Amino acid sequence: MTTFTLDDMRQIMTGCAGVPDSVDLTGDIGDLTFTDLGYDSLAVLEMAARIQQRLDIPIPDDAVGEMKTPQAAVDYVNRRLTG
Amino acid sequence: MTDPTRRPLITGIGITAPNGLGTQAYWSATLDGKSGLGRITRFDADRYPVRIAGEVTEFDDTEHVPSRLAVQTDHWTHLGLTAADMALRDAGIDPAAHPEYQMAVVTASSSGGTEFGQREIEKLWTRGPSYVGVYQSIAWFYAATTGQISIRHGMRGPCGVICTEQAGGLDAAAHARRLLTTGTTMVVTGGTDASLCPYGLVAQLSTGLLSTRDDPERAYLPFDTDACGYVPGEGGAMLILEHPATARARDAHPYGAIAGYAATFDPRPHPGHPPTTNLHRTITLALDDARTTPDQIDVVFADAHGHPAHDRAEAQAITTVFGPHAVPVTAPKTMTGRLYAGGAALDLATALLAIRDGVIPPTTGVRAADPACEIDLVRATPRDGPVRNALIIARGHGGFNAAMVVTTP
Repeated sequence: MTTFTLDDMRQIMTGCAGVPDSVDLTGDIGDLTFTDLGYDSLAVLEMAARIQQRLDIPIPDDAVGEMKTPQAAVDYVNRRLTG
Repeated sequence: MTDPTRRPLITGIGITAPNGLGTQAYWSATLDGKSGLGRITRFDADRYPVRIAGEVTEFDDTEHVPSRLAVQTDHWTHLGLTAADMALRDAGIDPAAHPEYQMAVVTASSSGGTEFGQREIEKLWTRGPSYVGVYQSIAWFYAATTGQISIRHGMRGPCGVICTEQAGGLDAAAHARRLLTTGTTMVVTGGTDASLCPYGLVAQLSTGLLSTRDDPERAYLPFDTDACGYVPGEGGAMLILEHPATARARDAHPYGAIAGYAATFDPRPHPGHPPTTNLHRTITLALDDARTTPDQIDVVFADAHGHPAHDRAEAQAITTVFGPHAVPVTAPKTMTGRLYAGGAALDLATALLAIRDGVIPPTTGVRAADPACEIDLVRATPRDGPVRNALIIARGHGGFNAAMVVTTP
């Protein structure tokens, strides 16, 4: 795998943190914040752990704190994959 | 509790039991003598000495608990959240319409989230620390069910959890009663348990008190000459306890009231000396607290341990207070197994249903009553009431005793 897509991110989110009641995750969610989507900081920490294991890239805690939206997470991962 | 009009009222009941999901299903199964005991299905128990349990087989976690919440919580909490929802609906309470700091949650817990914990510990062994999920930090511990009910319904009053094994359901309700005297108007109380995973079961086996029989109909026979230990179960009950003034103001339909309660501890066993118990004193103190005399009690819901010595100790405590064969005694938990933190909570709910319908549910399975137990055991079929005052007895492993008197509203 050379790129990490928003669909990959959706899979990670639902797989480890469940599906929120109020939001359709298949919709245009890239720029909504995790908080708006119904995921708290613990959920984002869990997502980061799963991404690290799946792609074998380290994500420092500071970087997890910067991942405010699914798109921000995707962009970060792709920078690490190509960089 | 000298003034009966000041007694706290139970206005809602939610039940997740091995022989019925929901109050109606559970109560009709219980009156029909329908057992929920069977072979363990939650894991492959073939190589374990205990293979029979009471599982809430009809319960689909994903159907009852929202996905985001389900991933963060153990099966035991799922059963508790579901029972709490049922109880609130039954009471006709919309938590959003009540002051958040006047609502509290006090549940009993016995094992915590063992099934969730086992899953995460397996990841630790097989793959390493980074594979352990973050939710282990909040899913395993005893207060998780209380906390999740509190968060879900915005109940921010004085919440807590009580861990006194099978006595917990009564101790939690008694603490809820206490809170109603200090400004709280409504408490979700009760308890559930679900420790039917290898880790949870092995922890229970260490007592040597569980039944190792494979026939569900002969595995749990309290007060029988053939008694051979108890069958473990999962599930329990949640109840809504309300301040009488608040309940009456909103025209609630109470099942009954808590009239009295007491708790004691047994002394530490001394090798070479016969064990002693304070159980009869617990009963007497609870009756005193209720300003009730033994002849006013219409039924006793027994702890019914299933271990011959423990059964005889309980029967003796009952006869010491009531006299031999003087009061109907029943143990419908023969149809569910012992539910630990959920057990006394379910007995409390069952006693209230007995009061409502004027009928005593049966103890199933007992064929040859132990002559050393001089009690009037209600066997095989229900017995008609009226039931005005019911006594519930509960014992927790390690020396906990509790007794509670519930009465007509």
